[in-house]
Amino acid sequence: MDAIYYLDPTTQFVLFSIVKIVVAFVITLTFVAYAVLAERKISAWIQDRVGPNRATPFFAQYLPVIGPALVRLGIFQPMADGLKFLLKEDFTPAYVRKVYFWLAPALTAIPAFMTIAVIPFGSTLGNPNNPMVIADLNVGILYSFGIVSLGVYGIVLAGYASNSKYPFLGGIRSSAQMISYEIAMGMSVVAVFMVIGDLNLSKVVEYQGANILHWMAWKQPLAFFIFLVSAFAETNRLPFDLPESESELVGGYHTEYSSMKFALFFLGEYANMIAASAMMVTLFFGGWAYPWGGGAAQGFLGGVGHIVCFLVKMLVLMGVFIWVRWMFPRFRYDQLMDLGWRRFIPLALVNILVTALVLAALND
Amino acid sequence: MSELLPSALFYAFAGLALVFGFLCVANPLSRNPVTSAMFLVLTIVSLAGLYILLHAFFLAAIQILVYAGAVMVLFLFVIMLLNLEEEERRKIRGITLGLGALSVAVIAGILIRAVVAARPSAGTTPLVEGGIRNLGHTLFTLYLLPFEAMSLLLLVGMVGVILLSKKDLK
Repeated sequence: MDAIYYLDPTTQFVLFSIVKIVVAFVITLTFVAYAVLAERKISAWIQDRVGPNRATPFFAQYLPVIGPALVRLGIFQPMADGLKFLLKEDFTPAYVRKVYFWLAPALTAIPAFMTIAVIPFGSTLGNPNNPMVIADLNVGILYSFGIVSLGVYGIVLAGYASNSKYPFLGGIRSSAQMISYEIAMGMSVVAVFMVIGDLNLSKVVEYQGANILHWMAWKQPLAFFIFLVSAFAETNRLPFDLPESESELVGGYHTEYSSMKFALFFLGEYANMIAASAMMVTLFFGGWAYPWGGGAAQGFLGGVGHIVCFLVKMLVLMGVFIWVRWMFPRFRYDQLMDLGWRRFIPLALVNILVTALVLAALND
Repeated sequence: MSELLPSALFYAFAGLALVFGFLCVANPLSRNPVTSAMFLVLTIVSLAGLYILLHAFFLAAIQILVYAGAVMVLFLFVIMLLNLEEEERRKIRGITLGLGALSVAVIAGILIRAVVAARPSAGTTPLVEGGIRNLGHTLFTLYLLPFEAMSLLLLVGMVGVILLSKKDLK
């Protein structure tokens, strides 16, 4: 294992990066699968139902006590779902625009995963030259906003390529919605970065690292609220899931999709939710830092502790995402636009102004 | 290795930008406006790659965020709403082609003159390097007047749009 330290820095960097990319990708995919299960289970509990409790692989019956308990919790359901997506017929309707029809699902799923690259998910695993972030960019947040803004193409093109009414309406709605809320979201974080004075997300975590009182959520509650609500709109989730609102648009932009192509849209939505939660943890809840502080980890176990701390915070926020989905009814389209343009954008601007005044007063 | 990689990447991104740019205006396979718009997005992304090679990370991120992420989405939005079917069937006329070539030649001439006049060489030191802090400082001190004038221009544009989109003026 020590042989790796004799390699030159570039090779080390490349090797570490590849390992980090693979691990982050696998963990995100697992989280996506179990976020779907969590969504189904939590929605079931909220609505006083049972939720998925039947998927039983052959080996479950040989496990005493644990086997049936896992089945009842639906632990094996994601495997069954994944298998079903893979094995179902991939049907392409005759009237679609083929190239864009194939391109759109990939364009939705890829940006969702690319956002995760700049998020610092831990301090170090003992080696201080190897921080637990895939790309430590000095424009970190702008990179992720840029990538998120590219995510809209998948949905717009899906609406265009399907060449039928409901997907088209869904695509149009989503492009307007995502552009509107991107502005509100971008403006809400400006105030956060004015306080911190750096766009690098590692620096953001460092700033909040001391203890729970330094978390940005307390210093910029308005920014956090606008960011949170905009994140619901950006990920197309209730109460803002107008691009795919079932009751009026059948399924919105993914109406014509089946099998694995549909699964990619699904994957994109949940990966976006994970990325948004991870971003909120980093910006407002101290990232990987423990609530009682402590600074960068010394050994391997300390590093793992920080990663677990990050994941726990992220899971709590994802729980909020799921909880909100089953709490609120869907907004009307004009209400959505009104909220974005006439409430959030002016509020975010006022927040920037007030933050600037307070900072100027403190610096004098 | 470290010398070779940036120049290889430069030629890759520059070549891609030219190819995508050509496909945007004169795609032999498709005259679909949506396809043209998508190739314009790819051109913009290749240009962002060039900015990164110049260590202008902020500019690259803004290029993607504003042009690829917002402006082009609006383009696509409008193209989809207008339903430009006849655009694909329209014949290219000689006079439009000639006028287009003329304006491209004039703009290219201006650009080449500007590049020659600026005489870029290895010895020139850039005004700002990389960081956003330096860029912001330059914008708000040295270039304050043009910067503010530009923001006023944008404001005028926005007010104009709101005025035009009102159906009945009171």
